[in-house]
Amino acid sequence: MWDFLQTYGGRIAEGTAVTGAQFGLATAVALLAALAAGLGRLSDHWPVRAAATTYVEIFRGTSLLVQLYWIFYVLPLFGISLPKFTAGFLSVGLNVGAYGAEIVRGSILSVPRGQWEAAYALSMSPLKRMRRIILPQAFVLMLPPWGNLLIELLKGTALVALIGVADLMFVAKQINGSTFLSAEAFGTALVIYYLLARVLITPAMRRLERSMARRLGRA
Amino acid sequence: MTFDWKWDFVWEIAPRLAAATLNTLLAAGSGYAIALLLGLALALGQRTRWPALTFVLRETLEFVRSTPLVLQIFFIFYVGPQVGITLSPWVAGMMAIGLHYSAYLSEVYRAGIESVPKGQWEACRALNMTTRDTYARIVLPQAVPQAIPGMGNYLVGIFKDTPMLSVIGVTELMQTANAIGSETYRFLEPYTLVGVIFLALSLPTAGLVRLLERVLRRKLGM
Repeated sequence: MWDFLQTYGGRIAEGTAVTGAQFGLATAVALLAALAAGLGRLSDHWPVRAAATTYVEIFRGTSLLVQLYWIFYVLPLFGISLPKFTAGFLSVGLNVGAYGAEIVRGSILSVPRGQWEAAYALSMSPLKRMRRIILPQAFVLMLPPWGNLLIELLKGTALVALIGVADLMFVAKQINGSTFLSAEAFGTALVIYYLLARVLITPAMRRLERSMARRLGRA
Repeated sequence: MTFDWKWDFVWEIAPRLAAATLNTLLAAGSGYAIALLLGLALALGQRTRWPALTFVLRETLEFVRSTPLVLQIFFIFYVGPQVGITLSPWVAGMMAIGLHYSAYLSEVYRAGIESVPKGQWEACRALNMTTRDTYARIVLPQAVPQAIPGMGNYLVGIFKDTPMLSVIGVTELMQTANAIGSETYRFLEPYTLVGVIFLALSLPTAGLVRLLERVLRRKLGM
């Protein structure tokens, strides 16, 4: 095991860095898509609602792998060619964003009615009401489910290896292919994914939850 | 190559995709059956008198839940033969999916079991019921209906994760679409059809689960 890590540690670290980059970029895409679609589903204008619902249903109704292949292999036929790295985090982000949209929608709806009415009584514009009153409170509510969703997102990034992005999964597959050290290669990758989830993502989300709650005076 | 959708080609590949859809459904069904049974065993296993067992199970399930399914599929498929268990792609895939989702389902069962009021447990003890009878006749019949919506959501989840089986060569939908694509150099129709098939199957199922949830809520007086 020690020899294995000495020989392949460098490549595994490189792969982990690519996984980290995919995770960060996909998270950004997911947050933007979730916010846009979550707000879109609550819009007063039906075309906006319809567009947001279509996005959410399509991305939640099919598999991430299907979406990834479609974006990478079929979109070029429509004249949109994306490099594999971009296609990777974009697919993962859009997929998770569709699940996130439901969280955004649900948490906006669960901000107490009195808050909406008070903002209305102060004659705030709808935009200001959303930005200053509703969203900050909704944000606190949506943090715990987002914590779980980000773990799903991290797991989702492993699929980008299948279109050739050299992430952790890809490196593990390559090492397995050239050395047949399957237990070491896949085992190490499994442990690294676990540590990323449990040592980085979960504690970071907990800290964010606490600091947000404190800022709104609820701790 | 530019965008030109060919219906002739669609009809040509439709029978192959239909057969593959059956395989996908079979994979999802058998993976789900394993996950349901194993999940129940794992949920009950965390409720024994041995705290060490509970601890080990809980940490293991946490590990299974936090790591990618596709990596677990590879692990089981490639490491199995090295420890003397040669598995066919189908068996390895079903084991991986079953194990992965049993970790989620055990949580669903656990929540269901914990929602059974304390008074029910006390009544069982007062009636001198054995542990086995308590679970089989009192607790589980009340816990499982509570858990059904969660169980339904994971059925849809398993269905949508079956394309990952293509990585070890199970001939489900994704693998068939890949094969058609590499034989004919046409990816537009096979990949789009796979997406449409998934939508056509998972949207109604998700709708049914929601309906079932509403019906159960009313029946259970929640």
